[in-house]
Amino acid sequence: MRMIFTSLLVLIATPVLAQGTGPTPALANRQLPDPAQEASATKLMHSLRCIQCQGQSIADSDAQMAGTMRAEVRQQIASGQEPEAIRQWMVDRYGEWVSFEPEMKGVGLLLWAMPLLVLLLALWLARGLFRRRT
Amino acid sequence: MNRSWLRWLPLAVVAFLGGWFIYGLVAPKDDLVHSAMVGKALPEFALPPATTGVEGLSNGDMKDGTPRLLNIFASWCIPCKAEAPQLDALKKAGAEIDAIAIRDKPEDVAAFLSEFGNPYRRIGADSEMAIQLKLGSSGVPETYVISGDGTILYQHIGDIREEHVPMLLEKLRSAR
Repeated sequence: MRMIFTSLLVLIATPVLAQGTGPTPALANRQLPDPAQEASATKLMHSLRCIQCQGQSIADSDAQMAGTMRAEVRQQIASGQEPEAIRQWMVDRYGEWVSFEPEMKGVGLLLWAMPLLVLLLALWLARGLFRRRT
Repeated sequence: MNRSWLRWLPLAVVAFLGGWFIYGLVAPKDDLVHSAMVGKALPEFALPPATTGVEGLSNGDMKDGTPRLLNIFASWCIPCKAEAPQLDALKKAGAEIDAIAIRDKPEDVAAFLSEFGNPYRRIGADSEMAIQLKLGSSGVPETYVISGDGTILYQHIGDIREEHVPMLLEKLRSAR
């Protein structure tokens, strides 16, 4: 009897809403009317990190914060803002981390230059081989 | 071969990488998203009241010369309930606290306040998280220390535990 009662309780249980119940911003999931603007907004959204679900871009994420970030991007694009200026707007609030495209300066520059550095190191290590063959 | 040291190079590289990996395992992990707004002025905003009987919050309200705390919370957030006694203690110690309620309903905020008390001077409702985004905040709860002229001085991420209370009071004191 108790088992049946417990099972019935489980049936009527509803999951707690962990993200609250506010409205989703209109531009979070609606495209801009101008296809060119929407294209540049989408491109930017794929290279910005969702701060709530860290590993995903805001274009891929279903999190509420990602929706708010998409709305912000679309709104700024619609008002004529350049995509790179919007990226900087995000970086000014959350740091370099929010962008999936690290800037070519500081540690970011080292990251970009790494393949070239490794190639140069390899050539330097292998230079003896070339010499002996001639 | 007089370049015999070269044969140690691979070992040195592997040892360096190994040491680095061990450091990566041992070093404490920081998953928190820190706001880059610390040291900058509050963004412009004007939020409606989060429930009946409280006043809304604008950035201008926090520029009255008194350093204060800005608590980002929500009635649906469990750690926000856990930090309620600490906010109460901060208020009793003389701290002024303003708040922004994230994605909340007026009746839920009212229920939260009647259950845990109301330590806040004003509570703005940020139903779309738009101001949270402008603040560089990534979740609830978070608590900012705001100077008397509306500059963000410090960001505390997560719930305020007992050991954080003296630290926050000290930050408010030194902001005077």
